Amino acid sequence: MIEVENLSKRYGPTLAVSGVSFNVQKGEVLGFLGPNGAGKTTTMRVITGFLPPTEGKVRVAGYDVVGEPLEAKRRTGYLPETPPVYPDMTVSEYLAFVGRIKGVSRRDLKTRLDGIIERCAVTDVRNRQIGKLSKGYRQRVGLAQALIHNPDVLVLDEPTAGLDPKQIIETRELIKGLGGQHTVILSTHILPEVSKTCQRVVVINAGLIVAVGTPDELTRRLQGFETVLVTVEGPAAEIMEKFQRVGGVNWVEPRDAHDGRVTLEVHSEKEKDVRAELARATVESGWKLYELKTSGLSLEEIFLKLTTKDLSEEATAKAEKAAN
Amino acid sequence: MRNVMAVAGKELRAYFHSPIAYLVMTVYTAIGGFVFYSSTAFFALQSFRMEAQGGMGMPPLSLNEYVIRPILGGVLTVVLLFLIPLITMRLYAEEKRSGTIELLLTSPLTDMEIILGKFLGSMILFAILEALTFVYFAILFIYGNPNAKPLIANALGFLLYGGALMAMGMWISTFTKNQIIAGAVGLAAFLLLYLLDWVSAYSQTTAGQVMSYIALTTHFDNFSKGVIQLSDVVYYLSVVMLGIFLTARSVEALKGRP
Repeated sequence: MIEVENLSKRYGPTLAVSGVSFNVQKGEVLGFLGPNGAGKTTTMRVITGFLPPTEGKVRVAGYDVVGEPLEAKRRTGYLPETPPVYPDMTVSEYLAFVGRIKGVSRRDLKTRLDGIIERCAVTDVRNRQIGKLSKGYRQRVGLAQALIHNPDVLVLDEPTAGLDPKQIIETRELIKGLGGQHTVILSTHILPEVSKTCQRVVVINAGLIVAVGTPDELTRRLQGFETVLVTVEGPAAEIMEKFQRVGGVNWVEPRDAHDGRVTLEVHSEKEKDVRAELARATVESGWKLYELKTSGLSLEEIFLKLTTKDLSEEATAKAEKAAN
Repeated sequence: MRNVMAVAGKELRAYFHSPIAYLVMTVYTAIGGFVFYSSTAFFALQSFRMEAQGGMGMPPLSLNEYVIRPILGGVLTVVLLFLIPLITMRLYAEEKRSGTIELLLTSPLTDMEIILGKFLGSMILFAILEALTFVYFAILFIYGNPNAKPLIANALGFLLYGGALMAMGMWISTFTKNQIIAGAVGLAAFLLLYLLDWVSAYSQTTAGQVMSYIALTTHFDNFSKGVIQLSDVVYYLSVVMLGIFLTARSVEALKGRP
């Protein structure tokens, strides 16, 4: 239903999204997961036709968003991060206006309007001015706006941001109910949201896709190895090299460095305990071992791992700062 | 067309849902009313004087010259320099600030449909304003005998003049999220365009003539005399089209270069 092919978007010198490709099947709810500034909103804006792509192709329901924008837009409903509402209008006035510009025929407008007002639970405020509504209601009006023309594709940018827990649960239920009839892409930087509402997840960071899979798959894939945290005093580069050569170790990543001590993440094959070997390697080289522990990754940690900035870079920057 | 009407309706409703429409109408009718009263009073005084001097074979004073022209051709053209920015400043700036521009630009509308809708909506408000002045003219027709034909030319010129300002103001509104800036820049630009005619007072060079030709007021003179000249109509329509074209380019840039 949605095909994104090698999409790149550049704002002046900065590359917001680079070479992103993914597909969303009909009726699927896809989560777009990433920290703030990862390129989620930019990607969504290209899909909805708000921004033209710098490179690459995006097709919605078979229509190229650049070549046939009107056809693509007719089949897309979009809820930006802040609901695009006119505070002066009442809820039903606003939804009627959106219905008209989205191409709902005058004959169908009344029934569509009643249906959507009911479905998004805004019946009791339908004649109130939107500017006077609470954030939760405004968000629901935003959702109603995206649904009014019964689009094939729904693009929701952080649909639960700024809502209270009760409203979040209601919104998630509503979104889950949308899958099946609509193809949904929703973005979020909150991990639990994805596992609760989405069938598939695309994890994006710094404009690049980091991982794609079902929430369970992602969890499993990342837990397919053991991670040991080691804190050692000594030359970081040499230590890393040495650890890399220890039998059973897959790869080593620095996590933190200060006061001459480095903390390393050592990833090894599943069910292979490398702790004793690591300790031996440290002592043999004459470095001081301060800490050695296994690390079980929670879902949140996986997310952090996937999407926080390159830790090695941060660690070096910190070390440099300390040196000056 | 349906889409243009939908956007125009939304704009018009926005004006009447907010204080802007009422503010503009109040200022407009208050100033217009004062000028109407003053010029009618002056006209009456002058007529009495002529009567007292026995007419001396002169033709009777013209209501068109003494009342209609000062209103439409004089004071209100200046008032519009201030009021049109109040109307146009929100057209794009507000949509940009509140994020509703995303709704419009992701709807199955062409940019031109949105622009024309906005222009039409604001022009309907302007037409309502102009219609309000006809209350004064109706009074003239009831109690006097002004000439209808020059009035029509005058009214047409006024509508074209307002349209030219409106299109330019709309373009200026696409630059910023801040309505106040859009309004202030609009006012400054209009004042400058209005005053450009002063060049003709001291310069006869080609540049001076061009500047004078560009000035908004130069082309209004014929209309206020009751003459509809094609070149003047073309001038105002060109400014309208230029404004719409520039708005379209600016909206394109708003979406970011590919």
